[in-house]
Amino acid sequence: MSTEAIFGAEGAITVDAIYEGPAPKRIVVAYGFWIFLLSDIVLFSALFATYAVLVHATAGGPDGVQLFSQTRIAIETGCLLASSYTCGLMWMAIGARNPAATYLGAAVTFVLGAAFLALEIREFAGMIAAGATPQRSAFLSAFFTLVGSHGAHVTLGLIWLTVMMAQVATKGFVAAVTRRLACFSLFWHALDIIWVGIFTVVYLMGIRT
Amino acid sequence: MIDACAGKSARTAAGRMARLLGRSSVALTVALSVGACADGVLDPHGPIAFDERTILFNSLGIMLAIVIPTILATLAVAFWFRAANTRARYMPDFQYSGRIEMMVWSIPAMTVLLLGSLCWVGAHDLDPPKPITSAVKPLTVQVVSLDWKWLFIYPEQGIASVNTLTIPAATPISFELTSSGVMNSFFVPQLAGQIYTMGAMTTRLQLLASEPGSYEGRSANFSGSGFSDMYFFVHAVPPDQFTAWVAETKGAGPTLDQESYDELVKPSQAVAPFTYGSVSPGLFETLVSSAMPPDGSFCAMRSD
Amino acid sequence: MSILGKLSWSAIPIHEPEAMAASGLMIAGVIAVLLWTTARGYWPYLWREWLTSVDHKRIGVMYCVLALLMLLRGFIDAIMMRAQQAFAAGSSQGYLPPGHFDQIFSAHGTIMIFFMAMPFMIGLMNFAVPLQLGARDVAFPTLNSVSLWLTASGILLTNISLVIGEFAKTGWVAYPPLSELKFSPGVGVDYYLWSLQISGIGTLMTGINFVTTILKLRAPGMRYMRMPVFCWTALATNLLIVAAFPVLTATFAMLLLDRYLGFHFFTVDGQGNMMMYVNLFWVWGHPEVYILVLPAFGVFSEVIATFSGKPLFGYRSMVAATMAICILSFMVWLHHFFTMGASADVNGFFGIMSMIIAVPTGVKLFNWLFTMYGGRVRFTVSILWSLGFMVTFAIGGMTGVLLAVPPADFQLHNSLFLIAHFHNTIIGGVFFGAMAGYNYWFPKAFGFRLEERWGAGAFWCWLVGFYLAFMPLYVLGLMGMTRRMQHYDDLNWQPLLIVAAVGALVIMAGIGCIVVQLVVSIRTRELRRDTTGDPWNGRTLEWSTSSPPPPWNYALLPHVKGIDAFWAMKQQAPGEQAAHVQTAGYAPIEMPKNSATGFVTAFFAVITGFALIWHIWWMAGLGVFGALVTLLVFAWRDQDEIEIPAGELARIDRSYRAEAAT
Repeated sequence: MSTEAIFGAEGAITVDAIYEGPAPKRIVVAYGFWIFLLSDIVLFSALFATYAVLVHATAGGPDGVQLFSQTRIAIETGCLLASSYTCGLMWMAIGARNPAATYLGAAVTFVLGAAFLALEIREFAGMIAAGATPQRSAFLSAFFTLVGSHGAHVTLGLIWLTVMMAQVATKGFVAAVTRRLACFSLFWHALDIIWVGIFTVVYLMGIRT
Repeated sequence: MIDACAGKSARTAAGRMARLLGRSSVALTVALSVGACADGVLDPHGPIAFDERTILFNSLGIMLAIVIPTILATLAVAFWFRAANTRARYMPDFQYSGRIEMMVWSIPAMTVLLLGSLCWVGAHDLDPPKPITSAVKPLTVQVVSLDWKWLFIYPEQGIASVNTLTIPAATPISFELTSSGVMNSFFVPQLAGQIYTMGAMTTRLQLLASEPGSYEGRSANFSGSGFSDMYFFVHAVPPDQFTAWVAETKGAGPTLDQESYDELVKPSQAVAPFTYGSVSPGLFETLVSSAMPPDGSFCAMRSD
Repeated sequence: MSILGKLSWSAIPIHEPEAMAASGLMIAGVIAVLLWTTARGYWPYLWREWLTSVDHKRIGVMYCVLALLMLLRGFIDAIMMRAQQAFAAGSSQGYLPPGHFDQIFSAHGTIMIFFMAMPFMIGLMNFAVPLQLGARDVAFPTLNSVSLWLTASGILLTNISLVIGEFAKTGWVAYPPLSELKFSPGVGVDYYLWSLQISGIGTLMTGINFVTTILKLRAPGMRYMRMPVFCWTALATNLLIVAAFPVLTATFAMLLLDRYLGFHFFTVDGQGNMMMYVNLFWVWGHPEVYILVLPAFGVFSEVIATFSGKPLFGYRSMVAATMAICILSFMVWLHHFFTMGASADVNGFFGIMSMIIAVPTGVKLFNWLFTMYGGRVRFTVSILWSLGFMVTFAIGGMTGVLLAVPPADFQLHNSLFLIAHFHNTIIGGVFFGAMAGYNYWFPKAFGFRLEERWGAGAFWCWLVGFYLAFMPLYVLGLMGMTRRMQHYDDLNWQPLLIVAAVGALVIMAGIGCIVVQLVVSIRTRELRRDTTGDPWNGRTLEWSTSSPPPPWNYALLPHVKGIDAFWAMKQQAPGEQAAHVQTAGYAPIEMPKNSATGFVTAFFAVITGFALIWHIWWMAGLGVFGALVTLLVFAWRDQDEIEIPAGELARIDRSYRAEAAT
């Protein structure tokens, strides 16, 4: 690197020593999607903050200790984390341009994600049947919204995965499809990160109090 | 290239007229304002309002010391360095100066340091719930904002009033405030700053009226269609007159209990001031805590 | 529940003459435009070149058109309010009953912030940023189109509320419990929430688009510290959008859950916490005002440097100040509710932080001053707006610092002093910046300059009108007058409110001048043709293209060697703009295809929003399904780009350079 490349013409160190020009499309798309994920994390932060403020606002109704089942949460967590792993396997299959392995990876990811959702829906249904509805108290409103938003994201992810497999089937591994699959992977892993936050703040901390 | 002349002649001709209009409007505003300095923030009749006004003036003075020279410099520089002025020196490479940078960052920074200390000290000294030091024992008044009137309860005296507040002058008044429903803001500018009222919560405010007089108060947070009529007068009277007023109010007029309160809560506006001769003990506390019931059964509010 | 949910004929305000008159006028205007377009046979052109365009320049223009239209709508609200308050003193109730007055001030704030100021700034950024960066378009052109049309959807829904139903009566911030179902049982708050949720998605996507564009698509050699300051402010703005808008989305979602499904986030029942809404709203709300004003600051940096014939003074500290404002804007939100009862420590902290943010702003002001110092200042319309801004914003910023002192705020919160302060900064900062940018970049967009005398007239009317309309409000705030009052009893207030109403009329004249300026400019455009692409002797890269630029902006990407890249190019070959450009080596370019995705998605967004407002569940489902299908159709496109052959690029580029050189 020349001195001029590291130090700008003005003689001071610049932030990016070499800048060669606009980035290629697949980098641009992944970068943009990352920024979207960051914005989604901000959205969840607002829901987390609200949950934290309202966690004791049980209005005389049930609280976390009475409602949460550690076993079920452990299984849900296992399903989701495993699905992230299988998503990674799917990504490797995509890299190898192997359709069969891709579909397999996608299918297992889908099943694990669907299992997570099924367990979560069972949890919600059980709570509602027992009278712990979101309309019961501010705490429950916040709980259902935070956890439910994550569940809604997982649902959208499963729909997206299905659509992507349809795209692989009809278009093959063209650039547009692989870019979108990259975005899907990022999305799916990010949902895992958010779930870690949820089971810590909602379930682990909720049981302690 | 743009025809600068066209722009300039527009500037001078229309500009002259507009500047004249601008200047006369400022003069008009000042003239109107001078006559209208009474009755507001600039006309305090209590120590809290007085201190708040002092802080306002001090802050304004400090800021004007920066802002006025800046505005004048902006206009002067723009005028002097106008393209048509051949006497002005053209310095096309003048784009950085360490000294100027230092000044440009430090002037605002020092101003902020000064104002910041004013701000910190003032925020603590004039914190709304902070008790006022006085030899006189404070009077407690409990305030409930309703749609669209104000209820004032005197728990120690066992009376209450709607849309009128009588207090003894030169006595600290300790307010406990809540709302029956939507958020309002209790505001008597000549005596103190405002504080929000919120359901199921109690906010606190202290004020003192230095001398007897009538001071207007209102809600400063929009609360619906009857909001504009949510004003009341604070009648500060000599302490013995206050005692007399309490004595004559007590026992006369309706009773304020849960039933009459439920009537009062129903939406109404432009309510004429009146008083209650007796109040159920602990009514205010019940109102605050019952707004968040264990079993969700409180439904005294209804508004459309 | 009927098949049309809550919707019935009673939603049309036949018993309210002003609402009917306003609706009638609006519908007549819309129909007139549609008929005229049809009669002239413009639809194919409009569809092909504008409605389905994914070109950032076209999208930028359309954003600005929306903004100017909404300026008219929001201003009509303003004049109605000023008139009402000028009359409604003592025993008079004015001509607007409370229910209407309340909708009008709520609509005024919502429209001016979300549908006038935001689109104007986003429009200017859309138009200029890729050109200034030496890029061919934004990172995600189709997404850009979707953003535009979702904003238009929000606008349409809000305006529909005038004809069918009502708007919110809660103020533009819609605090609960007033905005909860119990106290606002009508559809007004729902119109507000869904309009803003839909346009909010569009805005968030703009944020993502521009952050990616600025960080990843600059021309070769354009390091960060060589970007024009407008691009820096655009970066800060869009980072703020990405970080702040999701909070608003979450907050409104929670209020919607309260209203639709009986949740208890912010209700008093069920131990909800209304203070949480206030906090969350302003965590978004304060960055929002910087989202509005930072692009304006960027415009002023460009305009003042260009028309002083000098580089911007203190480039580095401008960048530092911009990014400082960006970060600090997230640390001041509590100053919007000092009176809600936080402790003195908390109030004091946020007061100090609010003052600290005035430091970088002051630095910028001084840097603009020193940019003019030693320059040759040409008094174009854009410079007039800039000077007006510097004076006016200094006052507005000052009153902001005053309000940042909690004890002073206890007296002035929610008073007309506050109203005067934020109009001072938003009009003096954002609107004046929008006008400066509009006059500055108009020739680049359309190939001819705007007429100057009407432009100057617009400026002077706005300047005088602003002071007439808002200086009395400062005084009224000090006299104790609270905002949002439909009538008042203190007759001392009336003279000042009459002066303010006169000020509004002068502003109206200013708006008239803007309209006339546009009409006259179009009619006599040959007199002010821009043949060179560089009408102002500009400094940044956009002036090196033709006016208007070709769709691809740059046939050959410029190689940037420093700040003010175009100025440097001009210095190398003085007088000969053509000499610095290589005229060989054209390669074919891939340009994104036009797409109806944005327009169609917005159509379904309006249907979904309207259906949700009126509880027409089947229609809402249909709307969502339609949007999904649109997305799938887009995803299955086989060809999303068009290749422009090298020969065509060369031909167009060379003919522009030849014409520019003459």
